[in-house]
Amino acid sequence: MPTSRAVFDEEMRELQQQLMLMGTMVDTAIGRAIDCLQRLDTPEARSLIADDAAINHKRAEIEEKVVQVIALQQPLASDLRFLLAILHNVVDLERIGDHAEGIGKIVVLHAGRPLVKPLVDIPRMATKAREMLRGSLEAFAKRDVEASRQIADDDDVVDALHDQVYHELLLYMLRDPATIERATYLIWVSHNLERIADRATNICEQTVYLVTGKMQEINTSRY
Amino acid sequence: MIMTTTAQKVEAEKVEKDIILDIQELSVYYGKFRAVNGVSIPVERHKVVSLIGPSGCGKSTLLRSLNRMNDLIPTARVEGKVLFQGEDLYAPGADPIDIRFRVGMVFQKPNPFPKSIYDNVAFGPRINGFKGKLDDLVEESLRQAALWDEVKDRLKDSAYALSGGQQQRLCIARTLAVRPELILMDEPCSALDPIATLAIEDLIHQLQEQYTIVIVTHNMQQAGRVSDYTAFMNMDADRAGYLVEYDATQQIFTNPQDKRTEDYISGRFG
Ligand SMILES: Nc1ncnc2c1ncn2[C@@H]1O[C@H](COP(=O)(O)OP(=O)(O)O)[C@@H](O)[C@H]1O
Ligand SMILES: [Mg+2]
Repeated sequence: MPTSRAVFDEEMRELQQQLMLMGTMVDTAIGRAIDCLQRLDTPEARSLIADDAAINHKRAEIEEKVVQVIALQQPLASDLRFLLAILHNVVDLERIGDHAEGIGKIVVLHAGRPLVKPLVDIPRMATKAREMLRGSLEAFAKRDVEASRQIADDDDVVDALHDQVYHELLLYMLRDPATIERATYLIWVSHNLERIADRATNICEQTVYLVTGKMQEINTSRY
Repeated sequence: MIMTTTAQKVEAEKVEKDIILDIQELSVYYGKFRAVNGVSIPVERHKVVSLIGPSGCGKSTLLRSLNRMNDLIPTARVEGKVLFQGEDLYAPGADPIDIRFRVGMVFQKPNPFPKSIYDNVAFGPRINGFKGKLDDLVEESLRQAALWDEVKDRLKDSAYALSGGQQQRLCIARTLAVRPELILMDEPCSALDPIATLAIEDLIHQLQEQYTIVIVTHNMQQAGRVSDYTAFMNMDADRAGYLVEYDATQQIFTNPQDKRTEDYISGRFG
C-alpha cells in the first residue's frame, strides 16, 4: 500500500502535469491567433474564440483539484507554496488564453480587409512571448530561480517591441487617417502580446516564491 | 562605530522582547541516557509557544524540566539553565514547590482529583494558604477556563461527572486557581473530540492575555492555530532530542529554514 505521503506526491505530480498541459493549450492558442491574423482567416479566428472555453474549463478543473488537495491533505511549507503557486499560474494561463482569444476577436473585426502594413514586429513579439511562456513553465517545473529571473528580464524586449509597433502605427495613422481603425486593431494585438509577456513574468515570480518563500516583483513592466 | 557581540545582541533582543522564560543550553538525562541535548528557547511573555516533534524526542521531558516536575523522577538530572523571570529554576536555593505554583502544568489526560468540582479548583489555593474569598477565586478560575456557565449549578458534583473536555477545562481552572505566571500543557487535547479540542484552543487564545503558555502538540494544525512561536525538536542517532528550529509559527509552517523541519511538518518521513 502506498503511504499517504506517496499518494500526496502523486497528486502534486499530476497537478504539475495538468499545469504543463494547460500551458501547451494556451501556447497553441497564441500560435493560432497570430496565424489567423497573418492570413486574415475569419472562420479560423471564430473557432479559436470558441476553443477558449476549453482553456477556461481546464483552469476550473485544476483549481478544483487544488482546493480538494488543500482540504484533504492540509499541506504546509513548500507543499503549500506549490499549491498556491499553481492557483496563481492557472489564472495567468487562463488570461493568456483570453489575450489569444482577444487577437482572434480583432481578426474578426478586421473583417478580411487588408492589413495596413506587413507584419514584422508583431510575429517577433509573439515568438518572444511564447518563448517566455514556455520557459517560465519549464523553470517552474524545475524550480529554477535563476532561469526564472532571466526569462522575466526578457519582458523588456517585448515591451521595446511594443513601443516600436505603437510608434510605427501612429505614423501610419497620422499620414493617412483612413488607416486609423485598422492600425488601432494592430495596436491592440501588440498590447495583447505585451500582456502575455507580463503574465509569463508572473509565472516566473511564482517560481521564485515557490523556491524561496518570498513574494517579490522580479521585473516591473513599464505597462 | 560601536561594536556589539552576537551575545550582546541576543541579550538586547531578549530585553526588548520581555522574555519570561529563557531556556539556555538545557540537557536532561535519565541516568546515563541523555533525553534532551542542549536546547535553547527564549519564551516571550503573553505568547504561546508550541513544541512539536516526533514521539520520544523529549518534548514532555523538556516541558517537565520547566517546572521541576522531573525532580519527581529519581534518575532525572538537568544541565544548563532555565531562567524564569531572570531567576534560575535550578539554582541551589530554588524551591520546587513554589516553582510549581508559579509554573502550572496541564497534562495529556484530564486528571481531576476524586473530589467535587469546587474542591478540585480550591485545592491549590487551600494548600497554598490562600487568605481571600475562596468562592470568588473558584468562580473566577472557572470563568477563565470557560467552564463556569456549565458547572455553576453543580459545583458540589463529583468532577468525574463531567465530560472529558469539561474535565480538561476543570484541570485548567485548577491550574489557574493558584495564579501561575506560566502554563505548560502537554498534548492537552489528545484525549478530546474535535469540539472539546476547539473549546480548549479558544481558551488558550483567551488565556494568552494574562498568561504565557508552552504547549506540546502532535497536531500541526493545532500548533498553527494556537501558537505564536513553534519549536521543532528531533532526535539524533542516540535518541537524544535536540532543537532543530525555533521561529514564528507562520514562518515554520509556510517557509521553514531547515529541511528537517520541512520534512517533518510535510509528513515526509521514513
Ligand atoms: N521516566 C523516564 N525514565 C527513563 N526514560 C524516560 C522517562 N521518561 C521518558 N524517557 C525517555 O526519554 C525520551 C523522551 O521521552 P519524552 O520526553 O516522553 O518524549 P516525547 O514527549 O517527545 O514523546 C524517550 O526516549 C523516553 O523513553
Ligand atoms: Mg510526550
